[in-house]
Amino acid sequence: MTARARALRSAWPQYLAISPFYLLFTVFLLGPTLFSLYLAFHRWDGIGEMQYVGLDQFRFLIEDQTFWLSVRNTLIIWVLSTVPMLLLALVLAALLNSTKRLVGFYRVALFIPNITSVVAVAIVFGALFATNSGLVNITLQGIGLPGVPWLTDPWAIKIVIAMLMTWQWTGYNALIYLAGMQSIPSELYEAAKIDGAGPVRAFFSVTVPMLRPIILFTVVVSTITGMQSFTEPQVLFGNNSAVNANSGGPGQAGLTMVLYFYRTAFGQNDYGYGAAIAWAVFLIVMVFTILNWRLVQRRAD
Amino acid sequence: MRKILLHGSLGVAVLLSLFPFYWTVVMATNTTQDVFRNPPKLTIGPHLADNVQKVLQSVDLIAPIVNTVLVAIATTVLVLFFDSLAAFAFAKYDFPGRKVLFGLLLLMFMVPTQLALIPQFVIMAELGWVGTLKALVVPAAANAFGIFWMRQYISSAVPDEMLDAAKLDGAGFFRIYRSVILPVIRPGLAFLGIFTFIAAWNDYVWPLIVLLDPNKVTLQVALSQLNVGLKQDYSVLMAGALIGVLPLVVMFVLFARNFIGDAVKGAVK
Repeated sequence: MTARARALRSAWPQYLAISPFYLLFTVFLLGPTLFSLYLAFHRWDGIGEMQYVGLDQFRFLIEDQTFWLSVRNTLIIWVLSTVPMLLLALVLAALLNSTKRLVGFYRVALFIPNITSVVAVAIVFGALFATNSGLVNITLQGIGLPGVPWLTDPWAIKIVIAMLMTWQWTGYNALIYLAGMQSIPSELYEAAKIDGAGPVRAFFSVTVPMLRPIILFTVVVSTITGMQSFTEPQVLFGNNSAVNANSGGPGQAGLTMVLYFYRTAFGQNDYGYGAAIAWAVFLIVMVFTILNWRLVQRRAD
Repeated sequence: MRKILLHGSLGVAVLLSLFPFYWTVVMATNTTQDVFRNPPKLTIGPHLADNVQKVLQSVDLIAPIVNTVLVAIATTVLVLFFDSLAAFAFAKYDFPGRKVLFGLLLLMFMVPTQLALIPQFVIMAELGWVGTLKALVVPAAANAFGIFWMRQYISSAVPDEMLDAAKLDGAGFFRIYRSVILPVIRPGLAFLGIFTFIAAWNDYVWPLIVLLDPNKVTLQVALSQLNVGLKQDYSVLMAGALIGVLPLVVMFVLFARNFIGDAVKGAVK
């Protein structure tokens, strides 16, 4: 028996230990992912024969106005949510870092939105922002401002979805920043103080540069999750029969890329084109993740 | 003065964070007319029982709750068992193919889930699992994040000397797992368990796709149907939303202490 065969044989408990995962992984994740690539080059409604169409679906995708609308919507919603989310998180973390009192309570209270289901949050936000009777508009009118048609105006729809995401993720990001801030050596702040830096100056020349890897992490995670938003518009506007189901609301203003994928694949049973959309979404998310990575890294240099 | 400003701002953040929950409770305990009069009622009212009763009349929420609890518990148990076992092998043993296999796991960790959704649905249809809870539990039992996270945990929480001592006593892999590893990694299992439970409880996309039968859905899908059906009766709708959120929030507050620390740690390392 060769040494390699002996090593393989003596490692049987380890292979047995990892085999349930790799079995499920192959059947339900790796296999399907590869199959969806195959599917993207075929026309298929799930019942009839698969028909090879080569690059036709990708060609169609490039000219598909609705797809590009969904890309635009997704990007706008993503910017509208990520920028305030991360800036607010940084401020919150700095505030939390300068006190010891009540920090345990603040941490729990700020984390709770993150564990709440998007479905429930979307329902609550739908009621909060209802045009005629929602609390937000009643409050606005109460202080003499005009109400906003939150759930019908194309821009307001995007803002509501972005606010929903900001509400869910700001606390989570703040706590990540806080953990990062607490691991910055205090000598750095003392040195800055000796050099005559005030708290604001110290924040920008010590805290932010030291947090760089963590900020990079949060930007990447927000890009990946934000670009795949689906549940928020699906629950908010899922029943918009005025246009059609899963349209993302009036004017399709909340139609995100993944919602468009869902509608094509599972609403219209167009599995082949759905797979093509899924791969396009994957590529777009990859490109933006890498772009962000580069951008954040370079800015810090 | 600085302290007042500091806690004032943090207080506003907490208020914004928690207000939607408070308002959900306000709506769920009042009648819709009371909440929508001008100025709106912002205090807790006496109508919770009425509203909950109306929710249950329009959508059966009991079966979805039972389904969700079953799915979340089954998923959590399977993930904890499979992932800790695999993570132990990856963390403490060297075997042929280890690096490649672990690399594959990390690679798939980065692939977005929607790529696999269509074929996953086709597989479920082939297996005859569409509309069953198996379709939710079995694929979710393979959790790449869990193995990755548990491997880190075992690497740092279990010293090699401990394993060497057990090996000298003649204990094999599974024996060591049971009597040495499991007792030591309990805090790690607690975090992964709560994390998995929350994710399973809140999962929406996959149950929406694979549970076609409206009588056999999970809580999140039932809530979204409630949203379609009860668009005008907000108090009843909010009573439903409250039922969907409350159990998890209560569980979270009870376990929050260590959970938040662990959830944040992964990002900072």
